[in-house]
Amino acid sequence: MADGYILSLITFLPAVGAALILILRGDEGAVARNARWIALWTTVITFALSLYVLFHFDPSTANFQFVQKTDWLGGTISYHMGVDGISVMFVVLTTFLMPACILASWESITTRVREYMIAFLILETLMIGVFCSLDLVLFYFFFEAGLIPMFLIIGIWGGARRIYASFKLFLYTLLGSVLMLIAIMAMYWHAGTTDIPTLMDHPFPAGMQTWLWLAFFASFAVKMPMWPVHTWLPDAHVEAPTAGSVILAGILLKMGGYGFLRFSLPMFPVASADFAPLVFTLSVIAIIYTSLVALVQEDMKKLIAYSSVAHMGFVTMGIFTGTTQGIEGGIFQMLSHGWVSAALFLCVGVIYDRIHTREISAYGGLVERMPFYAVALMIFTMANVGLPGTSGFVGEFLTLIGAFKANTWVAALAATGVILSAAYALFLYRRVIFGVLDKEKLKNILDLNRREMITLAPLVVATILFGIYPAPIFNIMAVSVEHLISNYAAAIAASDAAGSAGNAALEALRQIATR
Amino acid sequence: MYSAIVFLPLLGFLIAGIFGRVIGVRASQIVTSGLLVVSAVLSIIAFPQVTFGGVTDQIHVMTWIDSGSFEADWRLRIDALTAVMLVVVTSVSALVHIYSIGYMSHDEHQPRFFAYLSLFTFAMLMLVTADNFIQLFFGWEGVGLASYLLIGFWYKKPSANAAAIKAFVVNRVGDFGLILGIATIFLTIGSVEFNTVFEAIPHLETRTFLFLGYEVPLVTTICLLLFMGAMGKSAQFMLHTWLPDAMEGPTPVSALIHAATMVTAGVFLVARCSPIFEFSPTALTVVTFIGATTAIFAATVGLVQNDIKRVIAYSTCSQLGYMFAALGVGAYEAAMFHLFTHAFFKALLFLGSGSVIHAMGGEQDMRKMGGIAKLIPATWVMMLIGTLALTGFPMFAGYFSKDAIIEATFAGHNPMHMYAFTMLVIAAFLTSFYSWRLMFMTFHGAPRADHHTMEHVHESPLVMLIPLVILAVGAVGAGYVFAPYFVGEMHEAFWLDAIFRGANNHVMHDLHNVPSWVVYSPFAMMVFGAGLSWLFYIAWPHIPRELARTQAPLYNFLLNKWYFDELYDFIFVRPAFWIGRILWKQGDGRIIDGLGPDGVSARVLDITRGVVRLQTGYVYHYAFAMLLGVAGLATYFMLGGVH
Repeated sequence: MADGYILSLITFLPAVGAALILILRGDEGAVARNARWIALWTTVITFALSLYVLFHFDPSTANFQFVQKTDWLGGTISYHMGVDGISVMFVVLTTFLMPACILASWESITTRVREYMIAFLILETLMIGVFCSLDLVLFYFFFEAGLIPMFLIIGIWGGARRIYASFKLFLYTLLGSVLMLIAIMAMYWHAGTTDIPTLMDHPFPAGMQTWLWLAFFASFAVKMPMWPVHTWLPDAHVEAPTAGSVILAGILLKMGGYGFLRFSLPMFPVASADFAPLVFTLSVIAIIYTSLVALVQEDMKKLIAYSSVAHMGFVTMGIFTGTTQGIEGGIFQMLSHGWVSAALFLCVGVIYDRIHTREISAYGGLVERMPFYAVALMIFTMANVGLPGTSGFVGEFLTLIGAFKANTWVAALAATGVILSAAYALFLYRRVIFGVLDKEKLKNILDLNRREMITLAPLVVATILFGIYPAPIFNIMAVSVEHLISNYAAAIAASDAAGSAGNAALEALRQIATR
Repeated sequence: MYSAIVFLPLLGFLIAGIFGRVIGVRASQIVTSGLLVVSAVLSIIAFPQVTFGGVTDQIHVMTWIDSGSFEADWRLRIDALTAVMLVVVTSVSALVHIYSIGYMSHDEHQPRFFAYLSLFTFAMLMLVTADNFIQLFFGWEGVGLASYLLIGFWYKKPSANAAAIKAFVVNRVGDFGLILGIATIFLTIGSVEFNTVFEAIPHLETRTFLFLGYEVPLVTTICLLLFMGAMGKSAQFMLHTWLPDAMEGPTPVSALIHAATMVTAGVFLVARCSPIFEFSPTALTVVTFIGATTAIFAATVGLVQNDIKRVIAYSTCSQLGYMFAALGVGAYEAAMFHLFTHAFFKALLFLGSGSVIHAMGGEQDMRKMGGIAKLIPATWVMMLIGTLALTGFPMFAGYFSKDAIIEATFAGHNPMHMYAFTMLVIAAFLTSFYSWRLMFMTFHGAPRADHHTMEHVHESPLVMLIPLVILAVGAVGAGYVFAPYFVGEMHEAFWLDAIFRGANNHVMHDLHNVPSWVVYSPFAMMVFGAGLSWLFYIAWPHIPRELARTQAPLYNFLLNKWYFDELYDFIFVRPAFWIGRILWKQGDGRIIDGLGPDGVSARVLDITRGVVRLQTGYVYHYAFAMLLGVAGLATYFMLGGVH
């Protein structure tokens, strides 16, 4: 296999699958059945191919690998793909979760199955594209286009308030993207290229960094989502079909964190350092605020959505510490949250499919009839709480260590999240799983079926395996993160030498004000 | 061998947990109990090799977290401290497993129960064999999880579910400190390995660092943060509220987790970190204060409780206070000795009370017992031995360890040592009183249970009695046999480097040279307490009722456990929900959404609606608008022309 084309293959294979589904002919039932199988096989093969990339990835270098570069638009904007130790993990995370999404939709989606599967496969193409792009415009294309299938998935296959939710999602993300587009243009005018590896080494003047950073931040903060631009997430989750929530929590949220690592930190290091206190503040607020809000939720999906915001708070906090532990912990937390939150939403989907409500009060005593389900949910709940031995602990703990280095207040406040997460997660578990099974509707509820077990099993394995042996993940990202940090530190040192970064930012402000 | 000790219970957990339904109840019992017995035998074999033979070892299992300079491995550390804990944990756990075969025989979820017990044992063993703070934290949280699962084992009882969550969350409050403590250690020393940290601490004695905006002494801060974790796990004053509620779990669980092993993890942590604590007199003073306060506080509450298990739970809390008081004055050996003997007699008391509850058909209220000594004589003897050991009757286990602690607090040097001494001596009196009260109310006097219950009172099966007998042997002999090694003249050879003593710490030597009135005071208190208890509950049983009536405020204060639950509910639990609701409805709903997307879309709609209204179709409306526009334009140009 030619290594130069493998990333393109992985990226566009789902689109090919979508095309196949598009040309399906026959009666509605046959089309639906075939669409499901094609989608499943496409995602499984894509996952297998991404594993090939993972196993042939050379973790001893921070350079981009499996690079492919051809001219695309004019002489400047190129079709440039490649992965480093950071992005390769997100590619595999995406391909890993997709089969679970297809399986989770197997029976619960009955209308417009063909269109649904097409939307998901296109979405997969776009998401993988985000993590593989090495050209700013290409990245922007994938990053924004991903919104469209998601918008459709929520808007068409969503719940009662799906229109409101999808527009809210659109409104929020659009605001960020517009600013990012302007920033991209500004970067092109300044650097004369949209090539990401080149831009990473391009020294933007400190004053300009401030504005570029803010523009990118607007977009990534919404995606992440950070407080206070998080309110689209609970609504989107509640209305999205199960698989939509899985993708939303598992992958789409990670694009914000990935963006910080790919753009904000390496390209605008001085501004990143300057704005770190802002990010810390927002992160800590997010952790405490959304944990408290999660405590009082009555809708399961909303509760998990709010807990996602809190967990992403740990990620942003870790990334902007600029320390090895903080950044590696942040990445690990994103990966771990990728499969843990995905699994939690799948678990909600399991009982939603049976009882058709997400109201917590409608459940209780499920362990009686669903022991396997109770075990699975317990494992994921504990991972969500950050129990050592599950993957949830490693990232959370490392980001706290990193934050402690940066600022003890930040770490101490964030650590209260440890208490609050235990409270809301166990409170949810108790109300759903424990107690007496006395509700009439639940009397005949069935335990996980084979399809659901196959869906959840890999996630259980990932949660526990990487909880006790996370070394493989750290090995792959170590060199890339080290490279990122050394460049970041060097840029800040250089800027400090050339006069305080803060002054430069102020200078820029003054210039604009006097213009 | 050490790996086998630690990992056999894990194997048992996996077999019973995953295949429990397939292999059935009996097989689950045999597999988990059998593996635990093997593990216990190996621990007992290892014990003399490590303690007397001086064998220490570190067994590398595999890498765990490796992020930049942050490294934590899975590694087993074997020294005297570990060896003592291994024996305590595996032997009590094995006995509790066996006992549970009888006690839980009517339960329908036995494989799950035995799986949890084994999981707990594994986590506890990981804790005591930890070689770094992260693995210790793994065990720490693992036992917390097992405790949560076992307290809530009877998941249909709302009170059990609430108690389980309470235990986990209160422990997490302690973990908050522990995590920050570990972070501080890593930040300043650059490692979380015990050896590296312990070697570095002496050089940092005078260092300060910036914590939460204040320049604070480093070592003291580390100690206090770690101690916060210990307070949570060991149910010390202010973080104790979960322990009495934890009695909602099955009684064998109370014996294993909430008496003998898990709750002593905090004591173990401080003893393990003696090379750190020895460099912070301030922290040691705090430890002494909290320990002594817990000892007296829990003992006062224990006086008036009516639930047999809650009395023993408060007794545990109080005894843990003794251990911390000893740690605080630098007598780590005495604390570990009490931990060791306490494990036997407290497990005995719990399992004995389990036998009583079993006999009474599930009744736990002592007001509905009485007069059953003759009906269940074996259980009575076992409880008697446990009581004698707990109250420190001469030659029983508690006599040696508890007196060593009281003498150590007298001989100690920190500012709180006399406070501790006074409190502990008074607590010895209270201990004796409530222990005998328990005995008298449960076994003696006139029967207060109904006929039906009394007819069915029966002795427990052998599978339950044999573990009791073995524990009773420990409760009698553990003190006499091991005192010379744990706290006596051979203690240095016994502990070797496992416990660090600062240059000025001679308390282990001094405690043998205290005045004789100090030596006799706990004994006098014990006799006094027992006598008073006899008067109150056998001779003149109306006195307690009278007292409760005349001293109602004090009685209620004690009965309601100093109102801690109400206080915490008022200042933490309710506000958390209240604030959460406000942030959700007002913060997210009104402010963020109101000003953000909803507001924007509403404004857009308003404007559109306005524009629609403008297009009325009447010519004079358009004409009027045009006129306004022209006027505006003209004004603008005129004003502009002025410039």
